Amino acid sequence: MLEEKDMNDVLDRIIAKYREDEGNVIFLLQETQDALGYIPEEAVAYFSKKLDIPSSRFYGVLTFYSQFHLKPRGKNILSVCCGTACHVKGGTKIAERIQRDLGLASDGETTEDGKFTFEIVRCVGACSIAPVVLVNNKAHAEMSADSASKLVTELKKKETGVGAK
Amino acid sequence: MAQSDETKKKVVVRVCIGTGGLAAGGKEVIEAFKKAISDFCVDIELDFTCHYQKVGCRGFCARDVLVDVVDGDTSVTYQGIKPDIAKRIVQEHLINGQPVKEWLIDDSYYSFHSKQMKVLLKDCGTIDPEDIQAYSKVGGYTGIRKILSTMTPEDVIAEIKASGIRGRGGAGFPTGVKWEACRKAQGDVKYIVCNADEGDPGAFMDRSIIEGNPHSVIEGMMIAAYAIGAGLGYVYIRAEYPAAVERLKLAIAQAHETGHLGKGLFGSDFSFDLRIKLGAGAFVCGEETALIASIEGERGMPRAKPPFPVHRGLWGRPTVINNVETLSNIPYIIRNGASWYSSIGTDKSKGTKVFALTGKIRNTGLIEVPMGIRLGEIIYDIGGGIIGDKKFKAVQLGGPSGGCIPDHLLDTPVTYEDIVRTGAIVGSGGMVVLDETDCMVNIAKFFLEFTQAESCGKCVPCRIGTKRLLEILDRITRGLGKEGDIELLEALCSDIKVASLCGLGQTAPNPVLSTLKYFRHEYEAHIKDKKCPAKACKDLLIYSILEDICKGCGVCKRACPAGAISGDKKKPHKINADLCIRCGACFDVCKFNSVNRE
Repeated sequence: MLEEKDMNDVLDRIIAKYREDEGNVIFLLQETQDALGYIPEEAVAYFSKKLDIPSSRFYGVLTFYSQFHLKPRGKNILSVCCGTACHVKGGTKIAERIQRDLGLASDGETTEDGKFTFEIVRCVGACSIAPVVLVNNKAHAEMSADSASKLVTELKKKETGVGAK
Repeated sequence: MAQSDETKKKVVVRVCIGTGGLAAGGKEVIEAFKKAISDFCVDIELDFTCHYQKVGCRGFCARDVLVDVVDGDTSVTYQGIKPDIAKRIVQEHLINGQPVKEWLIDDSYYSFHSKQMKVLLKDCGTIDPEDIQAYSKVGGYTGIRKILSTMTPEDVIAEIKASGIRGRGGAGFPTGVKWEACRKAQGDVKYIVCNADEGDPGAFMDRSIIEGNPHSVIEGMMIAAYAIGAGLGYVYIRAEYPAAVERLKLAIAQAHETGHLGKGLFGSDFSFDLRIKLGAGAFVCGEETALIASIEGERGMPRAKPPFPVHRGLWGRPTVINNVETLSNIPYIIRNGASWYSSIGTDKSKGTKVFALTGKIRNTGLIEVPMGIRLGEIIYDIGGGIIGDKKFKAVQLGGPSGGCIPDHLLDTPVTYEDIVRTGAIVGSGGMVVLDETDCMVNIAKFFLEFTQAESCGKCVPCRIGTKRLLEILDRITRGLGKEGDIELLEALCSDIKVASLCGLGQTAPNPVLSTLKYFRHEYEAHIKDKKCPAKACKDLLIYSILEDICKGCGVCKRACPAGAISGDKKKPHKINADLCIRCGACFDVCKFNSVNRE
């Protein structure tokens, strides 16, 4: 994580932009998440103090929208689509397998080493190539539980470095 | 090898870079073409366009990249192109003039297009979405020029009303009537908002239009702005659509640079500017008043109507909110005239409709059909029927607000009125085809999981009602259904429909009601017999190995994640029912069909 001073510099820049953008809380939070990867409690406290807005208002907004995260996310994000088309073509089975391969208890969790976050998403609009798995936003078409599992193995190999077996 | 000017080829190679094309390696194919072309010193203009709508069958979109080679008046389309084939196409087709036969599109590509009628999707897919000139060349921005020089705002509204176009977001409200109400509303500041928060699972029409032809949406918004008297517009778009957001940003920037957005446009005193607002992931924000709250930076919760947004909308000002597809139609209506548009479709449902055809169907993809076409024509003629040797069961229209239409109603014409009569809605255009292996109780549960999670929580009937509906459906699919559950579902559904505040709650029971209407026997089988007729609900399944067929190969034993299968090599194996987690892994891997599932 960033040092406090560095983080405050980032947040100050975001506040300046926020003031230009009609004072929009969602925009402020989106910028924060873009810069930091998630929204730390400290950031909310800082905004609350600097802008004189109760932190409950920030939490109200950020817990309402599924895009915002209060915890740091993994280096690689594996999103399994479970929209209608993916669901009828076996998206749930794929999700179960990836979750098992990563050893995670539930949707939205991150592995202990911080390398992988697994999440279920509801429709990424790639229904004609269902079922779809997104790895860091790149779509992989027509997946199966097996091909998804292979994908996870490959990613794990990449993460453990060259030469690792 | 240097060539003289006369022998130089002037050919356009179009490579699909839609989501499907990208996933199949569209970018790598473009690079391969670039390299091959420079290696062979052929002067060819590479034209990168999105080819979503040309995606014919499953194979076209899924594993493959579609490539058009346009040489003068002749155009040839290839399917399944990978980077290594690019070199062959350049050498054999572009240089020697012989198309590479084995990669040419086949018959299903033609049947896929036979009953379609492309108005919006005609340009979207043949022009470069990242070049404003490409849109201008096919008549783009002539609509706005025409109305600025020859029509009053009232004329424009009359024209849109005469065309008969209705909102493509789902509800089908007449667009011209909405505009007129906003025009007449008191206030000197008004807004036009484009709803690109395509949240319905199973829908990607709006995404494809923005990715393929963003300027048609911008021009549509300008025309609407002129008609209602707005000077500023917002596009509220899902952050989950990064490619669409990027193309829209680029389109807006190019429009600014070339004087298509800004002050005093095209020599008139009309000024218009456009801003993008990114959604943050909430389905309910597709509802107009929730969308407004979200643009204002608040929790996206709907409020009671009236007052309607046309009277009190964004920042309290009169606001028109139109869907992407609706707005994209507007330039074509102005260009070709209201009578042209109203000649397409039926009495009350005019024009064409774009659908995302997906699920258990051969030719998945984006299609555009005239209103009034029969459902069966879409599924069998355009879609090519069901994958494999399975039977059609139902087609789901309208996403979480819609319903499932069974086999015996496939003669239904696609119009707002006829589809509503079946218990579904036309909706925004998601069309998911289901086959005999899909359990209808499970499908209803799937949609309720969705609406229950997306309910904003403001009103009790939706917040608590959807939760209770889901609990009942969940216990039915787990074999714990009780006598009277069906009646309870029906009563609860009607209460939620009547008492919910916004469209989300009012329509949330539709998937349950329509499956109950046509597939009641499946509910009964779950509740009374504790059986899932489609063999999809895993808690109701029992797996066993047929000893007389089992060869004892051990594949199932290795596939079983629970260690529930035992047996010696080359001898029949057994499943321990106490350990079995009913995942179906053994069933999927057995090559001899010796795993029994009932």
